[in-house]
Parts: sequence; C-alpha cells; structure tokens
Amino acid sequence: MKIDIILAGVGGQGILSIAAIVGAAAIEKGLYLKQAETHGMSQRGGAVVSNLRIADYPVSSDLIPLGGADVILSVEPMESLRYLPYLTKNGWLVTNSTTFENIPDYPDFTEIEKEINKLPHAVLLDADKIAKELGNPRGSNMVMLGAASPFLHFSDQEMEKAIENIFRRKGQDVVDLNINAYKAGRAVSDKLIKVD
Amino acid sequence: MSRNLLLGVEAIGQGAIDGGISGVYAYPGTPSTEITEYIQINPEAVRRNIHRQWSSNEKTAYEAALGMSYAGKRALVCMKHVGLNVAADPFMNSCVTGVHGGLVLAVADDPSMHSSQNEQDSRFFGKFGMVPVLEPSDQQEAYDMVYEGFELSEKLQLPVILRITTRLAHSRSGVVNRPVKPENNLKLPGNPKQFLLLPAFARKYYQGLLGKQSEMLQLSEKAVWNRYLDNPDKSLGIICCGIAYNYLMENYVGQECPYPVVKVSQYPMPEAMIKKLETSCDEILVLEEGFPLVEEQLSDYFGKGKKILGRLSGALPRAGELNPDHVARALGREVKSSFQVPGVVANRPPALCQGCGHQDVYYALNVAIEEIGRGRVFSDIGCYTLGALQPYNSIDTCVDMGASVTMAKGAADAGLIPSFAVIGDSTFTHSGITGLIDCVNENTNVTVIILDNEAVAMTGGQESSAKGKIEDICAGVGVEPQHIRLVVPLKKNHDEMVRVISEEMNHPGVSVIIARRPCIQKIARDKREKAREKEA
Ligand SMILES: Cc1ncc(C[n+]2csc(CCOP(=O)(O)OP(=O)(O)O)c2C)c(N)n1
Repeated sequence: MKIDIILAGVGGQGILSIAAIVGAAAIEKGLYLKQAETHGMSQRGGAVVSNLRIADYPVSSDLIPLGGADVILSVEPMESLRYLPYLTKNGWLVTNSTTFENIPDYPDFTEIEKEINKLPHAVLLDADKIAKELGNPRGSNMVMLGAASPFLHFSDQEMEKAIENIFRRKGQDVVDLNINAYKAGRAVSDKLIKVD
Repeated sequence: MSRNLLLGVEAIGQGAIDGGISGVYAYPGTPSTEITEYIQINPEAVRRNIHRQWSSNEKTAYEAALGMSYAGKRALVCMKHVGLNVAADPFMNSCVTGVHGGLVLAVADDPSMHSSQNEQDSRFFGKFGMVPVLEPSDQQEAYDMVYEGFELSEKLQLPVILRITTRLAHSRSGVVNRPVKPENNLKLPGNPKQFLLLPAFARKYYQGLLGKQSEMLQLSEKAVWNRYLDNPDKSLGIICCGIAYNYLMENYVGQECPYPVVKVSQYPMPEAMIKKLETSCDEILVLEEGFPLVEEQLSDYFGKGKKILGRLSGALPRAGELNPDHVARALGREVKSSFQVPGVVANRPPALCQGCGHQDVYYALNVAIEEIGRGRVFSDIGCYTLGALQPYNSIDTCVDMGASVTMAKGAADAGLIPSFAVIGDSTFTHSGITGLIDCVNENTNVTVIILDNEAVAMTGGQESSAKGKIEDICAGVGVEPQHIRLVVPLKKNHDEMVRVISEEMNHPGVSVIIARRPCIQKIARDKREKAREKEA
C-alpha cells in the first residue's frame, strides 16, 4: 500500500497543518512516511508545495516522481494546477475554489475552473465559504482535508483522532470546530462521488 | 522503539543534543535555520542550558564554536552554504589547528537556489580543508551522523562537516533517538600551543593534517554509512552520494536495483569500494547532489578510461537539484506524465507582505531619486531584496551580505554620486559595519538606508543582534550625529521620508537613514511564542 499526496497553496495559507494531521494518522497506524515541505523565501506569499508520501514499506525519495501522485490537495485553485504533471492518470485533484490573488497577472477564475473540469477526477469546493458558515472561518484547511479524505485511505475515525491529537492542546472547542469542518468537507466529496 | 517525525534539520538538532553538545553557534540561513531554532526551544537543551543564542554572522559563530572546542567541550556550528564563505577563514585554519572538544559544522546547501543567491557544493570545503565530510541520505542518518560525529571529530582531532541539502533539511521522516551522552568537562588542550598558528607551529600542524589523511580514508572504508551493494548486471555501476541514493532506490520500488551500487555518505571517498566497482562494471554512473565533485575526480582527462556518466557527461542536468525523474532518465527509464501544466497558471514569486514597512521606504526612495535617474541603489540580502521586483523596482544590486555599503562606496569612488546603500538591520550587523567604517574613513559620499524591522525577517523572524543599537553603532564608528536620521516607514510619513532622503542625498559625505518599524510577521511570531510559553 502507498499513497502519495501533493499539498499545494500559497505561502502563509498553512498547508502544513493538513500535512501534520495526515502524518499523525500515518504514524499512529505504524506506516512509513516522508514529507517534503517548502520553507524559506517562498513562504512570503509565493507558491508552496509539500510532498506527503505514506507507505507500508520504507519510503525512499522525499519527492514524488512525475505521474506518481494519487492526490493533489490544494487550498487555492490556480495552485492546484501547477503540479498536474505529478498526478497519476487516475488520481484525484481536490481544490478549494477561493482564489488568493497577490500577483498582477492572476488569471480569470473561469479559465481555472475550465481546466479543473477537464480532469477526469476533480473536486472543486468553496472551503472558505463552508468554513464561514460553520462559524469557523479559519477552518477551511480542515474542510479541504475532509473533502480529500475519501481518497486518502484512512477511516474517519483515524482522521478525527489525528485532528484531536494535533489540536488537543488548544482545547476541546478547537478540536470540535475542526472535526466539524472536516466532516463538512467530507460530505461534499461523498455526495460528488455518489453522483459520479 | 518510537519514531519521532522530524525534519532533517530537527534530526540534526536532536542528534547534537543527544550527542552531548554544550553549545550551538549559528547565523540564520535557509535551509539551516531550524537546526538552531529546534535546539533553542528543546526542553533538554533548555534544562542543560546549552548555549543556543544567535551569533552576528557565520564567522563569529564558527570562531565561538572553536573556542568552545578549545575549552574541551562539544560544539555544533550551523550555516547555509554561502555562510561558509564568510566563515571560510576560521574554518580553513581550524583544519590546521585541529580541535579539542568535538566540533561538527552542519552546512546546508541549496541546489536549485530555492532561497539563495547561488548554488555551491560544500563538499568542496571538506576537500579544501582536508577533513571528513558526512553526507546523510535520510533523516535517521542525519541524526546518527551528528550523534557520532563528535566522537569522530575528537578521534581525529579535526572539525567534521555534515553536509545536507534543502530537500533533506526540509523533509520529515521517522527518527529513532539514542541515549543522551554526557557533556564533556571543561579542559584545556593537551598541547597548550595547539591553537597557535605562528608559521613555525603551523608548518608542523599542517604536516600533521596531511598525516591524518590515510586514517581518514580507512575510516571511510569502514564507515557504516558507506556500502557496496553487489548486483548481477555489471553493464553499469552506480555511485550514489547522500540523498541521491534514495532517488535511485525510488526507481526500483518492490524490486532490486539490477546494478552494483556504492553508497557514499562519508568522505574522503571509500577508495577500495569505488575501485572494486570500476573493475567489475563496464561504465560508472555518478549520482550526486550539487557539483560533479566525485564525477570529476573519477573522470580521466584524456578519456582513455572507463566511461563515467553524470552531471558533466550530460546524463544528468549540470545545474539544480536532483530528483527521481532525473535519475530515471539517466537510467534510460521512461518518465511519463498524464497531464500538463495548463497555460493559465501564472508564476507566483514571493512578495513583500501587505503592511510591510520596506514598501513605504521604497515608495519614498523612488520619489526622492526620480531626478537623479536609475542605477544607483546598491542593496543587499533580506526580505527587502524583493524591492527589486514589481511594483517597486527600487534596487539595482544584491550580491552578498554587506555588499550594499561597500559596493556603493566603490561606485562613489568611481564617480557615481550620489549612490545609495539599502541594507537590513541584521545584514548591517552581519557585515555592514566594517564597510561603513571604510566610508567614514574616507568621508565617502554615500547614503546608507538601514531598513530596521528589528528582526531577521527573511529567515523567519529571529532576534536581530542589531536591535536597539544601530544609532550607537553608527555614531560609534564615526558617522556625524546630524547625519544619522531616524524615520518611521508608514504611509502617513511618506512626504517626510522623501524630504529626509533628499536632504541626505545632497549631503557630500556619509549619511545614515534608519527606517524603523517592527516586522509585522515578527510581531505575530512573538505572540505565538508567548502563547506557547504560557502553555508550557
Ligand atoms: C552569508 C549569508 N548568511 C545568511 C544568509 C541568509 N539570509 C538571507 S537574508 C537574511 C536576513 C536578513 O535580515 P535583515 O537584513 O534584517 O533583513 P529582513 O529580512 O529583516 O528585511 C539572511 C540571514 C545569506 N544569504 N548569506
């Protein structure tokens, strides 16, 4: 068993909080893991990516080979497309639709949407809106994690436990808020996959 | 055995704590910064009160680490690759003095220049100084190498280099810790003249260093990190250095690599293994991160020997970071993607944060220098280097830390007047002060703008050693007090800033303008740290 995930976003959007939870779930299950992160200059509003590799055997490369990613999970729509050459033929692209526009030549969203819709397996959702509606405006990353969860091979129970482990020191309220956000994201994908 | 999920840099920090260090000395620099940051907040390090404050630059860091080694204790010194250029003088000379307490130099290279001005391969410094280099292939080896590196250093009485690259530095994996070793006791060197490089002594010590080379080679042949893996297909033999080993193995998941492999993680290169590979195989492929150091050493100039493939031969790209796909192509394996990056995807380079004070300085500077034309703003390294990009287009140079002041001086000497230096507060105390003294000594017509955000912002908001001292430093080195000006870079102060810059630009001598407003990221970081301390 192996699962290779590309996490994408913009420096400052906190994609590593997602990686931390999936990583915790993997360690809890006794799986092997490597997780390459972007630190440094790009954290100042540049494109950032994390390669998260999980397997039931020791992982060799810190980087996912081209065409090897099972999932691209992006918290920003344009960024989701930047790493497409890494997606396997049957892989899933799961992305937030809320744009982060900090460059003068940011493309028209409809153009981005068109590209996403061309893919065989894509989930596009407005995680920011969902998080706001849940009264947890900072929970959009957990919504995204939930939306990607059907493709990550962890049970809801395992994921929720990992969320709890990561957020416990911030109190039960924060844990509950994040688990709710996760569930809301999961519901979006569950509905979509059924329609599929 | 519990595995901790650690970044490569964190594994190094933990390995050093467990390996019995009494101090870490460092100046921040991606991708090495978090080694020190890890030690700074580690409970065991705090309990033992391991020295863990930032140094002003890499040279001061290295020298302090050497001083701790002189006193018999173990020290770790950390920097990025270009930092070792700054520390090259103490490093090279410490190879001749040798060490007393174990000294490990962790140096992080940045191939592909993710966050750097150039790419360099610090293994060359190991060859240059003729000391061992350890190059881990994964996080566990990084931990083990530091943990054991101090003993290696004490055994050889030489500094030991631990060389990593960005990928390993910033990738996480499970690491198993080992028992904590006690720190060394305070003790003077057995030879009281060991650190006295007067020529008469130095000649003797240099012979000693040359004499240690064969022992270093023997240690490499026996090192657990160097391995010969025999395999049946002798049409190719592969040498993998450091992390490149993983990229090779990635190409053979669930199967054996068909070719014999020498895994190199300790230098000097294990000669016997490499000779055996050469005799057994038709061709040799060298996979190494950084420069073609091994490949060049093995290639024979007249091309009469066996074919050596690698970055020089064209089998791999000459520049940039390796990855499993480059290695696959070098092995003649197919690399396929099902999807392309669509044309709508725009570049997203890093940018100054919204609300950053550097922006306000650049908007004012642009107005003030409108009349004199472009090409006169010498700048430096930090967040403010992003002022070279749109929409500011304010600065013309960025070379090495401190070069803004001295390049502005040289240009002014050449007749480019007025000329400006734009330098950050941490860069100023790193390497700007000495250049300012040069300007004062000749009363050169330069205007130095110090962007004082009271932080080392680019590397994540560390404490700046300049904090609260800049006016005094400038006055102390002889800048006339009436030409040390303070401004607060805020939109509402735009006109005042333009006026001050214009006035000082027209002063025919050294002026310093300090633009002081705390970094907004630093304020947020300090808040987070306070909260964390409260929780603990
Ligand atoms: C010799 C050397 N050491 C370290 C670095 C890494 N580095 C780049 S910018 C920077 C911080 C500069 O801080 P400051 O001058 O205060 O500017 P700020 O980022 O706060 O604007 C550092 C440490 C480097 N490029 N070269």
